[in-house]
Amino acid sequence: MRVIRRIAKRLVRLALVLLCVALVSFGLMMVSPIDPVDAYLGPQMAQVSPEQRALIAQRWGFDEPAVVQFGHWLRQLVSGDLGWSHVYNQPVSEVIAQRFQRSVMLLGSAWLLSALLGFSLGVVAGAKEGTKLDKAISTYAFITASTPAFWLAILAVLLFSVTLGWTPTCCAGPVGVLNQDVTLVTRLHHLLLPVATLALLGIANITLHTRARMLELMRSDIATHAFAQGASRIDVAWRHGLRHASLPAITLAFASLGELFGGSILIEHVFAYPGLGQATVAAGLRSDVPLLLGIALFTALFVSLGNMLADTLYGVIDPRIKVEGT
Amino acid sequence: MLTIDHLTLQLPYYAHGHASWWKRRWATCLDDLTLQISAGEVHAVVGASGAGKSLLAYAIMGLLPPAARLSGQLNYQEKPLDAVRQRQLRGRELALIPQSLSALDPLVRTHRQVTWAAQRAGQPSTGARHAAQRALDHYQLDTQAQQAYAHELSGGMARRVLTAMAHVSQAQLVIADEPTVGLDPHQRQRVLDALRGLADQGKTVILITHDLRHALPVADRVTIMRDGKQVETALACAFQDDGTSLNHGYSQALWLALPDNAFTTATISKDKQGVSVA
Amino acid sequence: MRQPQPRLRAAISLVVTGLLVIGLIASQWLLGDTPQQMQFEARLAPPSVDHWLGTDALGRELWARTLAGLALSFWVGSLAAILSTLIALSLAALATLSSRLDALVSLLIDTLLSVPHLILLMLIAFALGGGTQAVIIAVAVTHWPSLARVLRAELWQLRQAPYVRMSRAFGKSRWFVLHGHLLPHLLPHCLVGALLLFPHAILHEAALTFLGFGLSPSQPAIGVLLADAMRYLSGGYWWLGVFPGLALLLMVLGFERLSRQLRRAL
Repeated sequence: MRVIRRIAKRLVRLALVLLCVALVSFGLMMVSPIDPVDAYLGPQMAQVSPEQRALIAQRWGFDEPAVVQFGHWLRQLVSGDLGWSHVYNQPVSEVIAQRFQRSVMLLGSAWLLSALLGFSLGVVAGAKEGTKLDKAISTYAFITASTPAFWLAILAVLLFSVTLGWTPTCCAGPVGVLNQDVTLVTRLHHLLLPVATLALLGIANITLHTRARMLELMRSDIATHAFAQGASRIDVAWRHGLRHASLPAITLAFASLGELFGGSILIEHVFAYPGLGQATVAAGLRSDVPLLLGIALFTALFVSLGNMLADTLYGVIDPRIKVEGT
Repeated sequence: MLTIDHLTLQLPYYAHGHASWWKRRWATCLDDLTLQISAGEVHAVVGASGAGKSLLAYAIMGLLPPAARLSGQLNYQEKPLDAVRQRQLRGRELALIPQSLSALDPLVRTHRQVTWAAQRAGQPSTGARHAAQRALDHYQLDTQAQQAYAHELSGGMARRVLTAMAHVSQAQLVIADEPTVGLDPHQRQRVLDALRGLADQGKTVILITHDLRHALPVADRVTIMRDGKQVETALACAFQDDGTSLNHGYSQALWLALPDNAFTTATISKDKQGVSVA
Repeated sequence: MRQPQPRLRAAISLVVTGLLVIGLIASQWLLGDTPQQMQFEARLAPPSVDHWLGTDALGRELWARTLAGLALSFWVGSLAAILSTLIALSLAALATLSSRLDALVSLLIDTLLSVPHLILLMLIAFALGGGTQAVIIAVAVTHWPSLARVLRAELWQLRQAPYVRMSRAFGKSRWFVLHGHLLPHLLPHCLVGALLLFPHAILHEAALTFLGFGLSPSQPAIGVLLADAMRYLSGGYWWLGVFPGLALLLMVLGFERLSRQLRRAL
């Protein structure tokens, strides 16, 4: 019963946050100095007479006040219609669905890799504080945490695609081959470098965080007590450290979904990988307002669900929460 | 058994609001301590908070923070007790009952923690589980408490779990750091009796407490500490009557300040007022 | 054995970073219009004694453009970080006034945190029509929530602290409480927060510019340089891609290190 009420509370909060995201992003689109009719027309701007412009504005509701437009958009949204993307000439929901299917491979594998590797590296570095291994891991993590994602992607392309020629430079499959004809191996071959780059960046965050938690534990009363019982550092790290570091690591892994998505936008841009990130950039540069709004809402949902899942997991795993939650 | 020879301990600190705020300074926390503790005795170390009692315990166990500066000599059973030997002996020969209840891991059930303590003392896994069971039973922790997490235990129960963890180690030297805080008189007596029992078995106990009253009934000798310095070491029986058999004004004052003894400054003999009594 | 002295190290780092920043700013004054000067006889020249880091497709010196880009990043980053810290501080203070305001602020924090930074940046830059000001505002507006969360928790805790309540009970003025009790606690948080925000701000500015939403392509920003480099990648003009990014990485790393040392020392 209590669990149900807590989940219901979270869902209400989620709906509220999503409504706010819709409001904020719609507001931002409205104040933009870019004329929606120009954006709709794109390069054909010059070929259209003022009467035709007025007709377009009327057809898409651009001439109505912002509040009416928002109400209209929200009504559509509730009925599941996200609008029409003029860049891809498709319904927004279809664009997002197709693009996300491709991105999910990239995001999912990079996320899993960075979470697992990042956590293990952090635990090892924290347990062996001050050793050469720790220094190597922390230096790596500090450097990658400060590295611009897109620059790393550029370097990867330069090294592995241009100089060594091991991996393709672009896209999700060979140019000129239909999507359904691309074999799994080719697909993975094209995914390899983007996933590696994205994961390499994601690792740093979790490693640093886990290491900090491990150091905190290693200096706590718990560790001192264990040392007094004759435990070695490895013993303390294995028995106490893993438990104490894994809880925040889970939260962080889910909380970093947003950052990971941001990274995927840059990486997809560099590798010209036709995922959701690339669509976001295209929508922004070519003023595809409905698609931009749709993506903002979709990612907000995605990130919030991730956070909710992390909170719930935390409550299940941490024995202290069960009492405090009453 | 254990000799402490001119032990001095310094810890780094930074002065606040000072022009040279970036400069590290050293605070002397233990000042030229010399003690001899023999097998089979309960040796009480008594002093106010901040007197350096816990630091003494950590120095013996070798658990000081890495930044600490230590000089002097520790000997355990006639052999120097250096960092390497401390690491070998911790948990097997030397045991510590920590002062802080946060020494219990909040994510691990009680029974498992005690089992780990037994394993760390060198017992095989099944033996360790039985030893843990026996120790927990001995300190009257029921099945529910054994399956509980630290936050579900009362202060007194947690204190007894810590004692049980030192108990399973079979150590020759047990350092109990404020083991009676938060216990009711009955439980306090049980813990103190248990410590006395260990000494009667030929083991050595260092009992650290701020309350002279709790130390005297079980201790053989008492060391009074103040501001990191050793005020004096006396037999427990020297604390009697008006305390004239004590050598130092501060220990005399501590004794006379107990509720049962009517305290007046006039009773402290003039020549023993080496330390001003605040 | 020599032991590390965290505060001494932090002080040295502070001085070194300060000198480097002054050098960077001074170099802009000395450079003049070198970053924009075209040399038609030396287009896409590789690094050499004459062209230290090589030249770009218009024959402009890469080292001069990189330095100019770093200075630009520094200004945008520091302005955005300061602005962001001010927003965080004022919203956190606002949140302590009443529980209704607090709910509003925390809803705003949740909202902004639920959209990935880069998407929010794109939305805001889109709304403001791009340009330097738009980037500074966009970065400032997106980066305050995490700091505001910390400050809000801190302020709530302080308000409940016995010594603050005693101070009020003794009839001290609101100003005295704010000035004497609250600010000394919050200032270190703000300082460290701003320093932590700064590298993020720089990186996000560069990313935004790289994608084409930020600074205008006519400015020698690092993001612009790297976006240019993308076009010449397959031609093997590696220096265009390597050096500007490396310079940015070193700057971010330097400030990250400084903030880490300050946090450890304080």
